[in-house]
Amino acid sequence: MRERETPGARLQQTLHRHPAIGPASVLVASVIAFSIANPRFLNSTNLSLLVQQVAVLATLAIGQTMIILTAGIDLSVGAAAILAQMVIAQTAANNHIPGVLAILLGVAVGALTGLLNGFLVTRIKLPPFIVTLGTLSIYTSIGLKYSNGQSVYASAMPKILIWTGNYVNIGPYQLTTGVILMLVLFAVTSYALTRTAWGRHVYSTGDDAEAARLSGIKTGRVLLSVYLVAGVIFGLAAWILIGRVGVASTNNLTNANLDSITAVVIGGTSLFGGRGAVLGTLFGALIVQVFQSGISLAGVQSLYQVLAEGILVIVAVALDQWIRKVRR
Amino acid sequence: MSTDVNAASVNEERSATPAMSGTPTLEARHLVKTFGHVVGLADVSLKLYPGEVLAIIGDNGAGKSTLIKCLSGALAPDQGEILVDGVKVVFKSPVDARLAGIETVFQNLAVSPALDIASNLYLGRERRSKGPAGRIFRMLDTRGMRESAREQLSDLGIGTIQDITQKVETLSGGQRQAVAVARAAAFGSKVVILDEPTAALGVRESGQVLGLVKRLRDRGMPVILISHNMPQVFEVADRIHIQRLGRCAGVITPGSHTMEEAVAIMTGATTLDQAAGTGRGAAQGDGPDDKHGRNGQNDPE
Repeated sequence: MRERETPGARLQQTLHRHPAIGPASVLVASVIAFSIANPRFLNSTNLSLLVQQVAVLATLAIGQTMIILTAGIDLSVGAAAILAQMVIAQTAANNHIPGVLAILLGVAVGALTGLLNGFLVTRIKLPPFIVTLGTLSIYTSIGLKYSNGQSVYASAMPKILIWTGNYVNIGPYQLTTGVILMLVLFAVTSYALTRTAWGRHVYSTGDDAEAARLSGIKTGRVLLSVYLVAGVIFGLAAWILIGRVGVASTNNLTNANLDSITAVVIGGTSLFGGRGAVLGTLFGALIVQVFQSGISLAGVQSLYQVLAEGILVIVAVALDQWIRKVRR
Repeated sequence: MSTDVNAASVNEERSATPAMSGTPTLEARHLVKTFGHVVGLADVSLKLYPGEVLAIIGDNGAGKSTLIKCLSGALAPDQGEILVDGVKVVFKSPVDARLAGIETVFQNLAVSPALDIASNLYLGRERRSKGPAGRIFRMLDTRGMRESAREQLSDLGIGTIQDITQKVETLSGGQRQAVAVARAAAFGSKVVILDEPTAALGVRESGQVLGLVKRLRDRGMPVILISHNMPQVFEVADRIHIQRLGRCAGVITPGSHTMEEAVAIMTGATTLDQAAGTGRGAAQGDGPDDKHGRNGQNDPE
């Protein structure tokens, strides 16, 4: 039997109350370690690039976080964003509809992909893993068919489509409007999840769906809304992606599904639902990017970056299991 | 637990003695529920009056759970009707029952472990803050809900919980139960149904929950208590409804019968008529003018 007041137990309780502390300290520690390995890591150009690079993944991870909070998972994240991206680029470049309308159309397609996932999960009662494994292939093939495998280049697009790639200078740092949009999305979803009744219902549904139902929460409707909102966010991520890459291609975002899950898990959100926060996911996405950048700057083979990511995921889940054991 | 407590010692304990007359807060008439060939309920009636604790006891398979599920909307009876304040109601779901003022604390405690106490008390009926923040941005009145939650808990004498922002999963079993009961009793509910509230608790914690039941009753809230624990039932109940083989084997009071007699009726070793030797006869069905054979002196604290 362990004493309640051992340092370990106290740490466990603290992490239990503030789940974002874990990823935040990993982020700080890794930044310090990589800047010791190579001082250039900390210069403003590198840090700016790092944040620019993380925008798309972090945005996708917001939607992923919301779904994982409901004890679900979304494997179709990347495919949905690619489909939305192709719709935005093609309708604007080939069908010549106004750019704003094209973006709205793409976001609507993102919403539809979420709605279909949500419908299959809540009405047909299929497990989210299976549903999104299926729709991963479905959305990928629709995207390929729709675009005929053709890429659309920035030169053919209206300005508004690549607006998310515009630079915004803050002191010595150079961000993009896409980064700002990503940060705004984090703020909005964080507010919705922590300060509104809907957010409480999302947590409660993921925590114990039966208890939530008995408390009078319409859990099916909550789940459907989460998949729908996540779909909208994936649509917006597609817009950020076009601005960042400058080309709409079905070859973009090849690792987005697993990377987004990695960011969420490293960010301290429990795969069992009901625990976590989008703030942690922001740290999680940054950690992934910091490792990528730091390891290459340290002159280490990039395969170690993949290795490190794998270890981080396992450590994060193990930590989550340990934290969840908190009992009085 | 004496059996010879009689009318004389009763009423000064609780001046607000339930009248046991007039309109029952909750009434079930001739409920029948079958599952294929298995008869869950065979013509069971029940009345619950304002300000009383009605215990339901019975062996496994006697129909206790089925009865409670019908009253709380989790099951729809095949026949019979349910009345709340004399008005017939039909529950299609537990939510319907809640809207009608019937709150049930299920055995598996419908609380969200990862949410804090205040959030759990207000789960499903959150309050928004006043002004544009609440109207437009749907902001929750977190502070207000925490304050009222603290008041509600201390009203019910649950003083052991200091931090209302504690997550429910960090609470002890008794405290969790207290949170669940406090939630059931709040928000203008009319009836609180507790399904085996002390089954997983230790002696001290059970005492706290029973104290809570008494305080609810003293505030005029009628309580239905399902329990296996005879000493606890005889401690808090005003009347005891005995289920046996899907039927009501009788309604007794702690004053009219002993625990041994209650168990005998419950197991079929004797019948209500044979057991009614102790004098005043049992309150068959529902005794509107029955006195409470309860001395109420073992309220903890």
